[in-house]
Amino acid sequence: MTEVSLSYAVADPPATTAPALWWDYLALLKPRVMSLVVFTGLTGLVCADTPMNPILAAVAVLCIAVGAGASGALNMAYDQDIDAIMRRTRGRPVAAGRIGRGDAAAFGFVLAGFSVMLMGLAVNYLAAALLLFTIVFYALVYTVWLKRSTPQNIVIGGASGALPPVIGWAAATGHTPLNAWLLFAIIFLWTPPHFWALALNSGGDYEKAGVPMMPVVKGAKFTRLQILLYTLVLAPVAVLPAFTGLGGVAYFAVSVAGGAGFLFLAARLWRSQAGEAALPGPDGLYSVKPGAKQGRDLFAYSILYLSALFAALLIEHSVKAFS
Amino acid sequence: MSDPFHEGPAAAKARKMRSVMIAVALVAFVVIVFVVTIVKIAANIGHGAG
Repeated sequence: MTEVSLSYAVADPPATTAPALWWDYLALLKPRVMSLVVFTGLTGLVCADTPMNPILAAVAVLCIAVGAGASGALNMAYDQDIDAIMRRTRGRPVAAGRIGRGDAAAFGFVLAGFSVMLMGLAVNYLAAALLLFTIVFYALVYTVWLKRSTPQNIVIGGASGALPPVIGWAAATGHTPLNAWLLFAIIFLWTPPHFWALALNSGGDYEKAGVPMMPVVKGAKFTRLQILLYTLVLAPVAVLPAFTGLGGVAYFAVSVAGGAGFLFLAARLWRSQAGEAALPGPDGLYSVKPGAKQGRDLFAYSILYLSALFAALLIEHSVKAFS
Repeated sequence: MSDPFHEGPAAAKARKMRSVMIAVALVAFVVIVFVVTIVKIAANIGHGAG
């Protein structure tokens, strides 16, 4: 009988074959994730409608970016074993063996320390404390604990990705009103449908790596239902800023139209067979992944949706500031 | 090119570039701290004068 191991402990650190180039260290910061963090953090800062020295505002955004990058480096240092197993992550510098785990961890700790210290000294201590909390939550609570222990990993862990606009708001004003937490709620509720839409088509990889993602533990059908339910909550919550004074007419239009589109795609995904076992193709020579397109479409749309919401807020408040 | 660790030309070049980038990052950090200090002092002087 063939024994299939689900343990992630079997992946030994790969032998270093190529020297680490400086942009490998840049890749440790997860630049694509960082760009979204910078965008939402900047939106939070601008939405506060509080005049701030532009140099200090730029430093605040830089600290948020570097703090997010530090989280990414610490994540890659710890997750080398499972990253090396999954197709999506095996090219990462630590997983591929170009950078050692210790080097990546040291890089992450140094950047985390510098970003939090600079935020505290240059901007304010509340923003620094929130940044520190975000880094610790992502690196320790999500990466070390939740990711390998529960299918709710990305739901709870999503809090760290939702905090940047709150940090931006705190940087501008020194406090965090309800509207700042409304931005947090939007990203927090957006994360599960966004991530699970991707995970539906990568379930096999997560299973091999021993990561208890929702499609692996509860199955594809349950995950598709969860995606739909989260979207049903997200769409109306995302419209709320239009009624709290945070968003204007443009935001209202974007959030209603965008939410309707998100709901349509989530319902289409729910009705599909996304995440189910691959079927033989018409000629029996290849396998067809059912629902793969619906999953990819929702994943891509979710990025567009969140970007559009925050862009609408950013533009509205920037226009207000300059008029 | 100097290769004090006998690591081969590719690794030596990569190490040199990493060192250069660390130097650039440190200089950038020093400049940021200097500029932030000036901005904060200027703001405090402004408050004092007001």
